[in-house]
Amino acid sequence: MPVEKVAMRDMFGRAVFELGASNPNVVVLTADLTDAIKTTAFSEKYPNRFFQMGIKESDMVATAAGMAVDGLVPFVTTFAAFATSLANQSVRVSVGYNRANVKITTSHGGVCVGGDGATHQSFEDVALMRMIPGMTVVVPCDGPEAYRATAAVAAHPGPVYLRLGRIPTPVVTSESDEFIIGRANTLREGRDIAIVANGLMVPASLEAADVLSRDGIEARVINMHTVKPLDGEILALAARECGAVVTAEEHSILGGLGGAVAEFLSGEFPVPVERVGIKDTFGESGEPEEILEKYGLTALDIVNSARRVLVRK
Amino acid sequence: MKQQRFGGNPDIDRIEDFALQLRRDSLRMIHHAGAGHIGGTLGLADYMAVLYGYAMAFDSGNPADSERDRLVLSNGHTCAVWYAALARKGFLPLEELGTFRRLGSRLQGHPARMHFPELVETSSGPLGQGFSVANGIAISRKLRGSSARIYCILGDGELQEGQVWEAAMTAAHYKLGNLIVFINANGLQIDGRVEDVMNIAPIEGKFESFGWNTVSIDGHDIAGIIKALEAINGGEGKPTVLVADTVMGKGVPFMEGKAEWHGTWPDNTQNEEALQAVGASSTFKDFPISEELVHAG
Repeated sequence: MPVEKVAMRDMFGRAVFELGASNPNVVVLTADLTDAIKTTAFSEKYPNRFFQMGIKESDMVATAAGMAVDGLVPFVTTFAAFATSLANQSVRVSVGYNRANVKITTSHGGVCVGGDGATHQSFEDVALMRMIPGMTVVVPCDGPEAYRATAAVAAHPGPVYLRLGRIPTPVVTSESDEFIIGRANTLREGRDIAIVANGLMVPASLEAADVLSRDGIEARVINMHTVKPLDGEILALAARECGAVVTAEEHSILGGLGGAVAEFLSGEFPVPVERVGIKDTFGESGEPEEILEKYGLTALDIVNSARRVLVRK
Repeated sequence: MKQQRFGGNPDIDRIEDFALQLRRDSLRMIHHAGAGHIGGTLGLADYMAVLYGYAMAFDSGNPADSERDRLVLSNGHTCAVWYAALARKGFLPLEELGTFRRLGSRLQGHPARMHFPELVETSSGPLGQGFSVANGIAISRKLRGSSARIYCILGDGELQEGQVWEAAMTAAHYKLGNLIVFINANGLQIDGRVEDVMNIAPIEGKFESFGWNTVSIDGHDIAGIIKALEAINGGEGKPTVLVADTVMGKGVPFMEGKAEWHGTWPDNTQNEEALQAVGASSTFKDFPISEELVHAG
């Protein structure tokens, strides 16, 4: 059976369009990337609540903070690399320190940005956002989850980073699933090892679990869609019951989900951890599948990490 | 305390007296704190006195009123004079001014929204950002058909930040006639004269070319400031910038026009001399300092 694929950004576009009707305080800002982040429908239906800011991300983010302190719910939209690095100072002070109710929503998180190369790929955005006190960081795993996450993010008071991918990716959740910020979902039960993943590495983790199962290794797969606040309860339980953890993310192994999980477990329930992700390097142009393979982001990489960590168990 | 926007005829003497007290308060706050930015702070006292003594609409008993006029101090390091104005208008207890820059104080060295969400629209310190935030508030107010005015204060050195010009574009593009930016143009910054560090002249010409209503004023002429503010109607949707000629350290001769007073603390002797130079108000009393620190200086 062919796997259904949906782009998270498309589902965000649909969700924010619907939010336009249900919440009159929702506004959208873009830095010359309306269609790229799929806010065209919103812009046409709600022109008074759509703000084209031009190519000036730092100004966009701080302007959104001003709107938020006056009671609006702004979604600022651009690529992950620009919102989190280029506009970092505005995110840190005008959004973070102000505790402004701004929803920083990005596409092109990770490596799968088409042929644009390293400048437009973003491996450090989750780490940068996670370091800002009070920032909630959400990384959905597929289109339906991106849809549900958008509504949850709008309803959640305070600053949020919502990281989405560009390309259509396999659908593993459904629109009727429960989505609660800060509460991870267990997608597959198992007690030999826990795979904790987010973003497009969730479908890869399910695939890896199938492979491991053929060898009699039953992996628990946890969709950690919220990197901050991390669901410590589900994580500690997984460490206790499985005794070994593999993390998987389309992000640097430094400071993102893997970093967060390792930090948490080192204090709460130390077990061997292997981190699948980008290895402290910049990316390059190429087709998504080629890049995922070259940079070690496939189901096979998760399987290999699982085998390695089981030896240390 | 409640104030209407440009309510009645301005009592210039009273506003000048208010400015005098704001200078005294700022000096005593910064001296007591043992640190702070006295130069730009003293230079802003007259404009601050006009805003909080006549021009702005506010009600300190109802600070969350959405129709209140807003002030965004983008050059956050000059906040002592703002805190003093807020205290003098009943937004915070006078004795709290003595906690400026101390551990646990709401009066942080740079304005912190988390402590005063109804008063401090945005935390400011990294220069340029406050301007963008002020735009966001102005856009939001405009969207709701509010008549509130958004005042934003910038330093002239701050104009070196690229984000200032991003924000200047935004305000003109979105026709923010409800936004009034004041440039505290004292010509000095930490490392010396603005024109030597990184020239930003001509300020008026730049803003004009960005589509702004540009007005040059003397930043210490109370009547002139009032006249300029009252003349702004924002009708054609142009944001207004007041390019204000000011003197760093205004009111204290040994500080006036000296870049080293951007962020220098006056020692005990200097502080006494400065307070004498400023003079004493006829209507206000100095705020109490319960535990006066004896500084080694």
